Order: sequence, then structure tokens, then C-alpha cells
Amino acid sequence: MSIETIESDEVERGKAVGSSMQRREDRPLITGEGQFTDDLKYPREVQLVILRSRFGHATITDIDTSEAEAMDGVLAVYTEEDILASGLDNTIPGDGGQDHTAPVDRHLLASQKVRYQGDPIAAVVAKDRYTGHDAVDAIDVSYERLDMVTDIQDALQKDAPVIHEEAPDNVAFEWSSGNADETLASFDDAEEVVEVDLSINKVVAVPMEPRAAVAQYRPAAEELIVDLGCQSVLGVQDHLSGVLGVPEQRITVRAPEVGGGFGVKAQPYTGHILAAWCAMQLERPVKWQATRSEAFVSTNHSRRHDLTARAAIEDGRIVGLHVDSTADVGGYLTSGGAGVPSGAFGTRLLGQYDIPNAFVEVTGVFTNTTTLSAYRGAGRPEAAYVIERLANACARELGEDPLEFRRRNFIEPDQFPYETPFGSGYDSGDYEKTLDKALEYVDYEAFRERQAEAREEGRYLGIGFSNYIEICGGGAGGLQGGQLRIHPSGKVVARSSLVENGQGHATGFSQIVADELGVDIDDVDIVAGDSDRVPEGGGTGGSKAITMGGNALKEGAKKLRERARAIAAHELEAATEDIVFDDGEFHVAGAPSRSMTIEDVASVAYSGNLPEDIRGLEETTFFSPEGSTAPFGTHVVIVEIDPESGELEIDRYVAIDDVGTQINPKLIEGQIVGGVVQSIGQAIYEDAIYDDNGNLLSGTLQDYAVPRAKHVPEIEWDSTVTPSPNNPLGAKGVGEAGTIATMPAIVNATIDALEPLGVDHIDMPLTQERIWRTVQEAQEE
Amino acid sequence: MFPNKFDYVRATSVAEAIDLLEEYADADTEILAGGHSLLPTIKSGLASPEVVVDISGLDELAGLEIGPETTTFGATTTYADVLHTDGVYDAVPDVAETVEVIGDRQVRNAGTMGGNLAHADPASDLPAVVVAADATIQIQGPDGERAVPASEFFIAMYTTDLGPSELITAIEVPNVGDDEGATYVKKKSPSSGYAMVGVAARLRTDGDSIEAARLAANGAFDHAQRLEAAEDALVGATVTDDLAATAAGAATDGVEEWELMDDIQVSSDFRGQLLEVYTERAIQQALDRVGVAVSA
Repeated sequence: MSIETIESDEVERGKAVGSSMQRREDRPLITGEGQFTDDLKYPREVQLVILRSRFGHATITDIDTSEAEAMDGVLAVYTEEDILASGLDNTIPGDGGQDHTAPVDRHLLASQKVRYQGDPIAAVVAKDRYTGHDAVDAIDVSYERLDMVTDIQDALQKDAPVIHEEAPDNVAFEWSSGNADETLASFDDAEEVVEVDLSINKVVAVPMEPRAAVAQYRPAAEELIVDLGCQSVLGVQDHLSGVLGVPEQRITVRAPEVGGGFGVKAQPYTGHILAAWCAMQLERPVKWQATRSEAFVSTNHSRRHDLTARAAIEDGRIVGLHVDSTADVGGYLTSGGAGVPSGAFGTRLLGQYDIPNAFVEVTGVFTNTTTLSAYRGAGRPEAAYVIERLANACARELGEDPLEFRRRNFIEPDQFPYETPFGSGYDSGDYEKTLDKALEYVDYEAFRERQAEAREEGRYLGIGFSNYIEICGGGAGGLQGGQLRIHPSGKVVARSSLVENGQGHATGFSQIVADELGVDIDDVDIVAGDSDRVPEGGGTGGSKAITMGGNALKEGAKKLRERARAIAAHELEAATEDIVFDDGEFHVAGAPSRSMTIEDVASVAYSGNLPEDIRGLEETTFFSPEGSTAPFGTHVVIVEIDPESGELEIDRYVAIDDVGTQINPKLIEGQIVGGVVQSIGQAIYEDAIYDDNGNLLSGTLQDYAVPRAKHVPEIEWDSTVTPSPNNPLGAKGVGEAGTIATMPAIVNATIDALEPLGVDHIDMPLTQERIWRTVQEAQEE
Repeated sequence: MFPNKFDYVRATSVAEAIDLLEEYADADTEILAGGHSLLPTIKSGLASPEVVVDISGLDELAGLEIGPETTTFGATTTYADVLHTDGVYDAVPDVAETVEVIGDRQVRNAGTMGGNLAHADPASDLPAVVVAADATIQIQGPDGERAVPASEFFIAMYTTDLGPSELITAIEVPNVGDDEGATYVKKKSPSSGYAMVGVAARLRTDGDSIEAARLAANGAFDHAQRLEAAEDALVGATVTDDLAATAAGAATDGVEEWELMDDIQVSSDFRGQLLEVYTERAIQQALDRVGVAVSA
């Protein structure tokens, strides 16, 4: 079912929510009017270029900047010394809070030692980028190369090179969750124990726009203004203030168009912090625009785990789940570097299954590679991959159909809200429903017959399922502001701190606000992406724009509507409780002719003649949900594999997702499709490969295979609706669902296809060579 | 992204281009045609020429002519020009379908036939097809004109028979006869789109057996080369259902593992396997096209 969109002027008043209104965000993007960070040009602007380490692990004995400094057009060359001389401590906020987190600092610029290829060493500011790059090349760094380690298993060996003296065993953190004793005991008594060893590949997020920032400093006012593509203007404001010591209220952070965020534009990085610092030093606008090559080595990587997952089975049900994992954090712990591979991963491992005992242990490991942190899904794609691979392995071990096994183990609809042994709650769900709907699209019995016939002909078809959940959308105690103002003209402006990265926030927010206020959708403007113009709240990430931002605006709009009702009552000389709001109009109950539209109310709302408590139509609401949301769904993949060439063809991709109440089905379909595509990348093509010298071999788009349009099958999408009880809209998050669901479905389908050739395991990415080798090895056994 | 400085000179004739190449003989000089191989290497710092001689404006080198026996491609003919010329699919279907799978639309709008061959990227698509088609490369230099068979043109990775002040002027490709089947099949790298392995085939039959066979591969070795053992297995053979598979099995005969390229996407070991698979597909497709009777 591909969804048709409608124009905004076709949206009926009061019926915006649920309509597939066209995205308002697209016009500037498709007409070329969109202004990205590098499109902004300020008078006297100069260019920052960063010198990064060539080596994965080395001590620096000398940095000679004299030649670079002497070049025409070079304004300054900075090293750590200059940062320290300005009174800064040269560190960037990292991550912590896990058990035994290594007390390791992350520097803005390295002066003693570099720990990954791409570790920043020096900064050049020049009149143009050509000069800047030439000057970077002219800096003479004397390195003494050290032994290095780029793989987590090697890093844990006793004689492994030590990356941080503060972490002599290269352990960045240790973390565990769940009911350990009961879980381990469940294995002792189990009828059957099923175990899978999985190695999850490391991927590089590749937003179309590499990171960039342009910073201006106004010394007289001591004000800093930074424009950058990011996910959280207030988050950036916060860490700039923390690092640079400029008071928050004097830092303006603005996000122009953002060419994709995907989680990797949520963290503090040297680039934009240095742009701001350089602007302060030089009192000129300083711009930094990463090249694609620079982005590959310096934008966070993600997802790398090696793990063993075990299920204890009684009567065909999983009674115990134990996952023991080591995760790569890269050369330093960046923001989210510990949180993503621990809690965000570990506490989601139950998937859709009712498992009474579960225990997960994660050891974070330093390696001489780029830092790892959140990437669309952030821990949850890995978790879904683990439990869905394990579910298939369990079914195989028990000799039963993977769907039968799944259905028996599902959490039942009457078990919600469901509390997992990890302490995380699922709000609502009906897992049979999405599976059944998926089976309306894919005739499972018929496929099995077709598969058997194909096998006779020497063709290998396979079907794979992924029955996933995610936990997202903010959580209890979380807070999100929403600000609304109805101008005297009746036009509405809504403000939110959530930064648009391509999701369609303005479209969705305007639908919510228009319905609450009974105004035309085109009379609602959304303001976001400017720290000076938005209320407090979070950034984009964790699939929470609608569940947090949307609900904040909904609640705010509801309050405004109530105030408008009171104003209408005052104007119509009736009691407030006698005023009915219907079809965008307030009227006196039983006397529909005595009515005012919200525009009529707005025109009189800003008057000193009104009682003080009902003056003006402005409202800032801080919303906090009852709890997080747990969207879920079933993705089904049919593949055909040629074992001779290792070629994998996706024959069908069916995605059935339940994200609660739908604000705009077209936006949801788009989010699912985008997520699925990114995950097809990880499942089949993408791999961050380092050589033994710590060079990122897959460091360009020539070598790193992000899926292209031709690699992507038609994605057949449909949905069910199980509202969340945790927020007034009943909505669940959707931004990451597709990414979470896809990988296990594809890998399970591949194993299913190759089963007659003796294959019961394969790791990602499913490159042709890996498939061919796996078949070869299985045949040899 | 940020090339080093270089001098740029634009030639207005082939003679002037050759003069310029002579004039800058002592400098590191590169010829710019479509720019789709040269510019990325300059931008990424892999090449850093001192002088770039631009021949893209030379009309005398642009365009193609489909003759009764031969199709001649001027060196600066773009891939898009080839695809937009009537009759090219009839005359040289293998060349046309090769050009169709080079890069993407933007690349095909700018990249040129001569530039492709002169660059001699081992994974580029055009080299195999010109070798299999027994094309002739027309070259002009300070000492005049000469012609080189395509199979002798490619020497090693990015290395050809071209002298330092010579240019490719044209590529002459024999047309595919009615008794011939011709094709090019490739496995694209999912990232670059270049051939992880590409195999071109031209087979001539007398109705039920194969009279002549030319097979060539790129993406497999450090330069495009013929697959002679597989050709030998085909010539004189009666066409049967398993002929393609049997002959393709010989594609790696006598090939040492070190001869096969090895990179992060495909090891030399697996490249040998792909070479056999794609050789089989190329032979089968060529046979299907010529429509021979299959003996049981």
C-alpha cells in the first residue's frame, strides 16, 4: 500500500491528524532554495581546516607549524598549547555513568598521543579552503608509531597495546542488567539451551551533508552565534557553554537545513567547538565544513558488538535469556559511547517475547578506531538482531516453524503494560496482529511450496521474519517544551526545540496544532532550530519528536483553546461552561448563531478590557509523558541467493508497523522506508574495515557501499494501530523502527535460503564473497 | 576535494595538443577529456599533475561513424553520444551495452571513449569489450599516426602502449556479424559501480558449433586481457547445454592467484570464482543471441 498524499489546502479543518498531507519541508529542498550550513556566507568569513592524525596509534614528539603559519592567506595555526593558553582545559564532554567507566578524557586537539586515524591535532584558519588545506599539509608532525589494535577481541588480549594509561586493559566500561541469579539458574534446569555467537559489523553513518559549522563572535556583547547542522540546538548550546565558558544565554545556536542527522549529529565534536573557539580568538566568522573523507574518519561509527546469546527453553518457551557482549567504543568514549552499547542495547533484548529471566553483560572496549556512538536505532537494531537471530535458532533447534515458535513466546495483549527483567516497560502491543497482517501480504504456505519447488531446480529462496519492538519516544521524567502564540490575526506560531533533520516535524506539528485549535493547517507556522526562539526541551533523536514535541504542542494548544473559550464566553456574555467548541467555532450551547471563530477570538484577545487571567493567547507547556513507547511490527523478507556467485536478491520486502496513533501516514511510511534502506546497507553492504595499521580502508564512497536506489526493493508497507496509553496523542515513535526491524529479517531469510546447503549461521554484511564462502565452508563440513 | 595547483592549457587541434604535450614533456602532464577519471584522482590527491592539457573541445575527435564493417568512435565521443546514436546497438551491441553500464548518467554525459581506454583503469568496463571485439586503437603523436590492436594496448594497471606525447584519436570496432553473438556482463561493485569482474564475449558460429571465440575480462586482472584457455575450450566445440559452464571453468586455467586483483570487496580467490561465473553468463548470453541449435 503506497500512500497518496494530499495538498495542505485539501485538509479539512479539524481533520488534519491522520491525513497524509504533503510535507511542508520539501519546497525549499527540491527547488534548491534550502540553505545548508555551507550556503551561509558572512562578511569577513574565514575557513577552518583541521589536521587529523594519519595514524591509528602514535605518540607525537613534535608539531612544527612554522611553514604553515608563514603561508599567505593563513590567519592562524592552533595546537593544544593555544587552547590551554586561552584558559580552556582542552577536553570535550564524553560519556560515563556505567560501572567501572574508565576515567579517560577526550581532547579537542591531541598533543601527546593520537588514538585513531582522524584524531584532531591542529587547526588552521585561512582565508579560503584551498589555502587552509595546503597549510594543513605543511604542518610537520613528528610521530612515533605505536602498536595498534583495531578489533575488540585483539584489544582484550593480555599483551594488547594500551590505548589509554587510565584503562590498562583497554576496558572502557562494564555494565550489566537483569535478574542475574534467576537467569543463570534457568539454564541449569533448562530442557534445551540454544546458543548463537554473533559478530555485528561496524558501520559509518553517511548523512548526505557532512558535519559543518559557522561561528561568529561579537566581542562587545560577548555573544557567540553558531549555525550548524545538528540535532539539538539547545544541546549544542549547552556543550559549547561548558567547553568554552561562555554563558549559555549569550550563545545562539541555529540549525539551518540539515542534510541528515541519524544520531551522529547529536554529539559534541572538535569541529564545531573549534570553529566557535577560533571565532572568539580571531573575532571573525569562522566556518568549518568537513569533507566526505574527513567525515568518514571523524563522524561517529556505530553498532560493533561481538556476543554470545543463549536461550534456556522449557516447553517450547524461552525461560531464560543471557547475552554476554563486548562492544567497541573506538579511541575515546564520546557522548553516548557507553550508553548506546549498554542500556540502549541491553535493555531492549527481549524483543516481543515474554521471557521471565534475562541477564545481559556488556564490556566496552577501546580500539584504535573512530569513536562509536548513536546511529539511527542506537543499540536497538543490534538488540533486535540478537533476539530475532536467536528466535530462529531456537525454532531450528526445536525442529519447528519459526512463526510457531514466535507466536508461542509472544507477550500477550493482556500482559501490557509489560515489565521486563531489565526494568524497562512496554506500554502497549498486539504482536499477533502485525504478524497476521504481514501474512495477508505474504502467503506463507504458498511460499514454502514455491521454495521447495525452487530447491528441486537448484534455486535457493528463503524467507525471514523480524518481529521487533523498540523503546523510544522519551520516557517518564522526560520534559519537552512547546510554545504557542495565536496572533491577533488568528495566525498561529508554534515553537519547539526539536530540530528538523528530514523527518517532517513542521508537517506533523502543524497537523496536531491545527486540529486542537480548529484553524486551517496553512495558518499554523512552526519555528524550530534556533535556540533564541524555542522553549526548553530536547533535541531530535530517540524517535520522540511527535511523542514529546507533538504532545507538548497538543497540550499547549488545548490550554489555549480553553482560554479562547473563556474569552469567547466573555465576549458572548455567556458562562464559559456554556460555550461549545465545534468545527472550529465557539458558540453558546443551544444558540449556534451566537458564535466566534478562533480568529474572531484572537482579534479581541489582546485587550486590556479582558479580565487579567484570560488575556492573550500565548502558552508555553512543558510536557512529560507517563512513560516511553514501544512501537513494534513484523517485517518479512524473501530473498533468492545464487550460491555460485554469492548474489543475494531481495524478492519481496513487506513491512507492517504499529506506531500507535498516526499523525501523517505518509511521513510514517517515509520513515519506515528510509530506515529499512539504511538497515539493508548494514545487512548486505556496509562494513567499516581497518587494516592492521589502523587505516580505514573503506573510507570513501568508492569503497564503502551505502545502498543506492538500485539496491533497494519495493518496500510494501502497511500498519496496525495500537495507541500508546502513555501520551495524549497515543502516538509512538517511528524514526528508527525501520532500521531496527530489517537486519534480522534479511539474515534470517538468507539462512533459510541456504539451509539445504548446510548453512545455519552467517554474519553481516552479507557480501557476495561472504555468502559464497559460507556455502563453501558448509559444504566442506 | 582540494587539488594542488596546476597549469591548464586548452588545445584547439590534435596537432596543437601533441605540440603542447611535447612542450611540457619534462613536466608531469595529464590529458583532460571528459575528466571523469582524472578529476577525481586529482581531487583526492592521487594525481598531482603540473600541467593539464584539455582536449575536450576538439571537435575533430568527437562523434562516431557506423560503417558497413566497422564502427569508429572518435576519442572524445562521450558515452551518452554513443547511446544516443541510431544503429549503434545493431552494429556493436556489446559496446553499446557496455557503455550503458559505465558509471551513472552524469558520468556517461561527460566521460569519453578515448579517455576511458587511455586511463586504463583495470576495473573499467570498456577495455574488455574492445579486446574481445578485436578493436583497433588509433593513435597520433609527434611521429605521426599508428594503430594498435586493443589486445596489445593495455599493458598493466593504468599503463598502456601510449607514448608520453601521444593521444588516442579513434577506436575502430568491427561490427558484429549475423553469425556472431556479442555481449558484456559485469558484476558492479556496490560502492563504486566499477566492475568487480566484467566479461565480454564475441562468438562466431556455423549454426551448431563455434567457429571463433574471443573472450576478455576486466576487473579481474591488472589490465583487461583475453581468456585464452576458455576461448580454446569453445573453438570447434559443438554447442550443448553445458558448453558455457564447461568452457567458463577454463577461465581461470593457468591463472595464478597473484594475477587476480585483491581488494576489500573481493579477494583474489573469490574473484577467480566470479570470473568463472561471469564468463559462463557471457558465453551463454552470446550463444543465446546468435541463436544456435543446441545439440543434446
